[in-house]
Amino acid sequence: MKMNKFKEKIIHSLFFFNGLLVVLILLGIFALLVFTALPGFEEIKVTEFLFKSHWNPTSYVKPAYGIVSMLVSTLMVTFGALLIAIPLGIGTAAYLTDLASPRVREIAKPIIEILAGIPSVVIGFLGILLVGPFIARLFGLHNGLNAINGSVLLAIMALPTIISLSEDALKSVPKSYTQASLALGATKWQTLVKIKIPAACSGILAACMLGMGRAIGETMTVLMATGCAPAMPKSFLGSVRTMTSTIAIELGEVPYNTTHYYALFGVGLVLFVITFIVNMISDIILHRHERKTR
Amino acid sequence: MKNKELQERLGFNLLRLCVGIVGAILIIILYDLTSKGISKISWEFFTAMPRKGMTEGGILPAIIGTFMVTVITAVLAIPLGMGCAIYLNEYAKKNKITRIIRMSIRNLSGVPSIVYGLFGVILFVQLMHLGTCILSAGLTLGLMTLPWTITASEEALKNIPNSYREGSLALGATKWQMIKTNVLPYAAGGMLTGTILGLARAAGETAPILFTGAAFYLPFIPKSLFSQFMALPYHLYIMSTQHHAITKVRPIAYATALVLIMLVLVINLSAVILRYRLRKLKRE
Repeated sequence: MKMNKFKEKIIHSLFFFNGLLVVLILLGIFALLVFTALPGFEEIKVTEFLFKSHWNPTSYVKPAYGIVSMLVSTLMVTFGALLIAIPLGIGTAAYLTDLASPRVREIAKPIIEILAGIPSVVIGFLGILLVGPFIARLFGLHNGLNAINGSVLLAIMALPTIISLSEDALKSVPKSYTQASLALGATKWQTLVKIKIPAACSGILAACMLGMGRAIGETMTVLMATGCAPAMPKSFLGSVRTMTSTIAIELGEVPYNTTHYYALFGVGLVLFVITFIVNMISDIILHRHERKTR
Repeated sequence: MKNKELQERLGFNLLRLCVGIVGAILIIILYDLTSKGISKISWEFFTAMPRKGMTEGGILPAIIGTFMVTVITAVLAIPLGMGCAIYLNEYAKKNKITRIIRMSIRNLSGVPSIVYGLFGVILFVQLMHLGTCILSAGLTLGLMTLPWTITASEEALKNIPNSYREGSLALGATKWQMIKTNVLPYAAGGMLTGTILGLARAAGETAPILFTGAAFYLPFIPKSLFSQFMALPYHLYIMSTQHHAITKVRPIAYATALVLIMLVLVINLSAVILRYRLRKLKRE
């Protein structure tokens, strides 16, 4: 009997450590990024890194390490993507909760899962060969590898997240709200726009934040489809180079443990911190929402 | 009155348009890849080595590379993911540590894939001296997959009714005996379905393997876990952006993309079928 209890305790603590491992991994990622980026700042000024826009680490005369142009590129592409994905995503979610028959809903679920499962490299590939030429013809450009292309592709990648989480949010609006509204003579559409969507607002907002996090961190699509010229982006029709694509392009070519290498980890750290903050905000919104609906 | 109806009809058509666009996106993707890639698909394409600087031949090493990496991913992510899910659903009390663990999982699933790649380079390639190889890449992808397998496994555990647990405990079983005999056997199917979906996503990832082991052109089967490898997604990236004769290899690139997306489709479909069957079993 005593033996049994001992065994149970050991099993319990094994599972406990397994659970703690997740926390360790998250902390480990952060710590390793910090420790690898840190030696770079013996040579690079932190203010230059964060506030200058010129990035040219391979220059013989004077290497420059400013990440502002990449930061702006990332934000531009993400903003464009959200502009497309949020209305489409919420519209689709509203259709699925309000209009779709159970059959359609049954079909829609795997379709959205498949969309979420398409590898980013395939989307990027189509960005080069399908979306790119289309954009070039539409705007009369030489090539379509620009910020708009990246935005369209990122929107496709963020859509499944936004759709399924908004759908959850809309579904969790209490039936009594909609019934009360319908009983007062409002149409289904008015109920949706004036009652359901505002009531699900925080859940939808959290969904959009998560979609935004995905778009900021996406690498392959923007690497392949945005042209990646290392300069301050001029417009949505120009080439942009995001933080993720800079890492992807340059890390393969620099020798380990050089200032340039450390600087790339610095970019990774900034990326990690930004997505962390975005995810945390969405987490907080979602939790407050959960507590309220309970 | 008329106005209201018109507004409603307009609004609903707007929603239909949204769904139409989302559906059209998927159809266009599938149609474009199929129509342009299918001509190159043949038995040889799956079983031959690439030849003449990848302008001819098949993609066998990329298929095998992706398969081997995914096996490593599974070996790391499945047991750890299931263990964590069991802890959270069966053992964890509602306290601060549990909240922190849950928060970490949600945050891990939001960490950009390229950051996992950076982490893999320092931890596996440099600190653990594994070098750029299948093992490093697989472990990196395994860490990335972990939050997905945890969430999927926990979902499956949550679906087991509490009466199963209580019945076992009432008969005097210890907690672990209860989990072993009355929870895991019934949750296993659901856990597996979710995990397979996670692994499929990992297999299609490129960014984490860019620097941890994927190679440009290696026309042979990897000899061990410590050799570099070709992988399907990386192969597609190379064929569409880095190859010296890009227009010439375009058909091969299309066919590779088709194979990748078919892989996703087949795995998703089998997961859907498996889920449907499990649900039917439960009802009976």
